[in-house]
Amino acid sequence: MMQPFLELLTRDVRLALREGGAIGTALGFYLIVVAIMPLGLGPDLKLLSRIAPGILWVALLLSALLSADRIFHADHEDGTLEALSLGPLPLELIAAAKALAHWLTTALPLALMAPLLGLMLNLEIAAYPPLVVTMLVGTPAVSFVSSIGAALTLGLRRGGLLLSLLVLPLFIPVLVFGVGAISAIVAGPGGFSSPLAILAAFSVASVVLAPLATAAALRIHLQ
Amino acid sequence: MNLALVSVGFVLYSKQLSALRDQNIAPHPSPQSQHLRPTMQLIVDELVVRRGGREVIDGLSLRLSGGEGLLLIGPNGAGKTTLIRAIAGLLRPDLGSVRLEGVEEPEDVGPHCHLIGHQNGIKSTLTVAENLRFWARFLGNDASGLAAALERLGLDDIDDLPAAYLSAGLKRRLGLARLLVAERPIWLLDEPTVSLDAASTKVLAEIVAEHIASGGMAIAATHIPLGIESMRELKLGPVVT
Repeated sequence: MMQPFLELLTRDVRLALREGGAIGTALGFYLIVVAIMPLGLGPDLKLLSRIAPGILWVALLLSALLSADRIFHADHEDGTLEALSLGPLPLELIAAAKALAHWLTTALPLALMAPLLGLMLNLEIAAYPPLVVTMLVGTPAVSFVSSIGAALTLGLRRGGLLLSLLVLPLFIPVLVFGVGAISAIVAGPGGFSSPLAILAAFSVASVVLAPLATAAALRIHLQ
Repeated sequence: MNLALVSVGFVLYSKQLSALRDQNIAPHPSPQSQHLRPTMQLIVDELVVRRGGREVIDGLSLRLSGGEGLLLIGPNGAGKTTLIRAIAGLLRPDLGSVRLEGVEEPEDVGPHCHLIGHQNGIKSTLTVAENLRFWARFLGNDASGLAAALERLGLDDIDDLPAAYLSAGLKRRLGLARLLVAERPIWLLDEPTVSLDAASTKVLAEIVAEHIASGGMAIAATHIPLGIESMRELKLGPVVT
């Protein structure tokens, strides 16, 4: 069971690296969105540093969604998904492998880029460690929840837009607790650990439960 | 009578084997010996499949044992693809059932079959060998048959070429190479000869014939006769409007 899972995962990572487009687009989008924020809000450094965690999180969610509709799209079009579904791996684990590949190739690079973009928003020094920690903890939820939307909108034209409508509301807990944990460190009061624990719980729950929903949606499509 | 006794004996033997395996005494049988069981039977029972409110397959029953092949013929829209997808378990039948007898878990047909559909399942940024190696490892944990499969289908000279540069016929051959790199007892071939040249069609026919001769099953929907004598023919009815 493990070998086909790893095989699928490495293939997806290799495809993403070789095609390059998805990672580049997401990172570029993230950079642009964060870069134009100060232009819109004015050069008030205090304001910027206060809202920086929120901007970094919201922009990360949007950037991750950009490539989310591709999680299953290509495999569906070229018949790979059909052949995968007849293989030794249950559809739930196929969904998990593909969501994990999305996390590795999109969400993780975005999370690692966030501290760099924090510089542009005058993010306080104390906020960097919690920013990185919350993003590393929270982004698996982003990828796995996106995979549900990707499976549901498979085969639809303009599926990407519908995907955003379906999935963005589900990101609210990630956003609230991710930003909450950073603010607790910077501005207080309140602890860092409790929002982080809830964020981690949400992430773990998505990693476990989202593949079930994704596989159910894929089954409908394969019919 | 003799044959029946032998097959009963085989069933008993394999049950014993599985009991032993549960106690971790016997070594795991290789995938090949597990799949190619002479007692294996594919049974389609009173199958009804509706597509868009129309009964495409209406009460079809058939029984196929290891070492038998079936050629599905019929005009466009007769339900060949529908039948193949229903057997693979990709389409849920509205009535009736498709099941396998003579296998241990899983009972579903899906994990026991190769389905070659209209698309080839090829990634254009991976090379020919990488594409096939993925399927070999994913489906069968074993990439040892890779070189032989590529050679058989005449792809060994271009194995490091990205699949994006392949012609339609070469892509089809690469898709068919999947049959050779992972052992599956049931082959479901939906229009396998599309865009193949005459020589490759002949190679395909040989491969299918060998598979049947070694105790496998093959169901092929095709408009071009494959020329395999051992395959029975099943005519699917014309479209009823």
